[in-house]
Amino acid sequence: MTSSEIASLTVAKVRQGLAAREFSAAELAQEALRFAQAENPKTNAYLHFCPERALAAARRVDEKLARGEDAGVLAGVPVAVKDVILTEGVRTTCGSKLLAYYVAPYDATAVIGVEAAGGVILGKTNCDEFAMGSSTENSAFGPVRNPVAPDRVPGGSSGGSGAATAQGTAVVALGSDTGGSIRQPASFCGVVGVTPTYGRVSRYGLTAFASSLDHIGPFARNVHDAALLLQAIAGRDEGDATSAFAPVPDYTAALDGQVRGLKIGLPREYFQGLASETGDLISKGVETLKKLGCEVREISLPHTEYAIGCYYIICTAEASSNLARYDGVRYTSRSTRSETLSDMYRNTRGEGFGAECKRRIMLGTYVLSAGYYDAYYLKAQKVRTLIARDFSTAFEAVDAIVTPVSPFPAFKLGEKLDDPLEMYLSDIYTITGDLAGIPCMSVPCGRTAAGLPVGMQMLANHFNEAGMFRLAGAFEAAGGFEG
Amino acid sequence: MRLTEQEVRYVAALANLNLSDQEVAKMCEDLGEVLTHMEKLNELDTAGVEPMAQVLYDAAETATLGEDIDRPGIGPEAALANAPLAGAGFFKVPKVIERS
Repeated sequence: MTSSEIASLTVAKVRQGLAAREFSAAELAQEALRFAQAENPKTNAYLHFCPERALAAARRVDEKLARGEDAGVLAGVPVAVKDVILTEGVRTTCGSKLLAYYVAPYDATAVIGVEAAGGVILGKTNCDEFAMGSSTENSAFGPVRNPVAPDRVPGGSSGGSGAATAQGTAVVALGSDTGGSIRQPASFCGVVGVTPTYGRVSRYGLTAFASSLDHIGPFARNVHDAALLLQAIAGRDEGDATSAFAPVPDYTAALDGQVRGLKIGLPREYFQGLASETGDLISKGVETLKKLGCEVREISLPHTEYAIGCYYIICTAEASSNLARYDGVRYTSRSTRSETLSDMYRNTRGEGFGAECKRRIMLGTYVLSAGYYDAYYLKAQKVRTLIARDFSTAFEAVDAIVTPVSPFPAFKLGEKLDDPLEMYLSDIYTITGDLAGIPCMSVPCGRTAAGLPVGMQMLANHFNEAGMFRLAGAFEAAGGFEG
Repeated sequence: MRLTEQEVRYVAALANLNLSDQEVAKMCEDLGEVLTHMEKLNELDTAGVEPMAQVLYDAAETATLGEDIDRPGIGPEAALANAPLAGAGFFKVPKVIERS
């Protein structure tokens, strides 16, 4: 296989190749690993590879195929996994110096799902430290470069998964999303990124950041592959008490192109002041949806302007609690210059965490501290109710909502690093979906004059991933991805 | 809004986080700026609004309770494998209480 053939593989092409015996799963795994390792210096998308695990998974697929058994919907497909998701026997660093040598003692349920479906995990992808950031510049192991424009960020926090998918060093990838960490890098890198309904995918084995907001979800280069990856990881899991009981439908069955008469809402709060190339491309995308027979109307999500404040109170509060466990006792790193237990905690954390994690731990501790809990955390939880209500009201009138993913395309490395508030404000369009817990995704929607990808966000009501994929699939088939 | 150094050091102590003088100075600015933005929420009257602590669905309250059955854990060896310092089946830490 040539490099460009590997880089443009899809799940369907892997299936055909295996069926026609053009390659075995083991041969493909070796080729894909070689290609990914050779390409990686261009982007730093992968932090480490797991060739032994990949080849073992590929051989299992080959054995099943040799016996004439079903090897799964992802049989032989090269997969990348964000390094906040545990992989037994393989390093799982969370992009943090603190966990540089941490080897996960068990597999995340989503990882088990990928391999049970025949997926071949090649390695672990770079990300902002503990998934906190919007650019992947907060990784302790160096930033990721956007494969589309190497002087720019890939987005974050799942920047490595977005970049690997765009670069073709994985066919699909797992990311995690707390406030947009799948959709925003998907948008910046020009691929599909899906944040499922809260609870749709088990978080067992996902390193906790903000537990009431954390999701695992797929990256892919087309809607079909994203739907298949979600199929492999969705469902109730006893390991995660918040995982949902709702039955998992056949997602690819929804890709029938039937979107005529579908009611789409454009929230006016998301389009105000969007006089930019991004706005123009989204408007063009909306025209495509109209041509497909969708009924487009303006709607209002009146509490949108409170979302950033609400989100950053809740996520930092939960993060400050979740990150308390990294204290030098159990997780590999310990400050060597401490005489007392208390010093050991403080020094380990002071030496180990990067600037953004420290900032969020401090913010979260502040808003939860005595005398402030009601004014900040409780207030934010009430505002969250209002934001979620905005969506449930909207979904009484429309089937789906369409917005931009980010106010701007990929920015330059270093451009926003010194201004935390500005970086937080850039999450405005993605955090509301996480706060409401609804499924949302980014689909490519053309490129700017400078060639930078722009993503369109599609949001649906709780557990209506199938309807969301139907819309995204029709948009893709109509050439919407190309703009 | 700008936090005082004293406030920042107090919060850092609560968080068990050692910060350098330089970091403390930057936190005064950064935290203040973000907290100012957060105060926008006070524009909203939320009296009578239920707080949303979790995204919950229509499952019975007890549906998430697992059966009380024995399941193998990862075992002490695997649990201690990532410990910075372990011995005799335990995580080792600096002395907490001095013997008299």
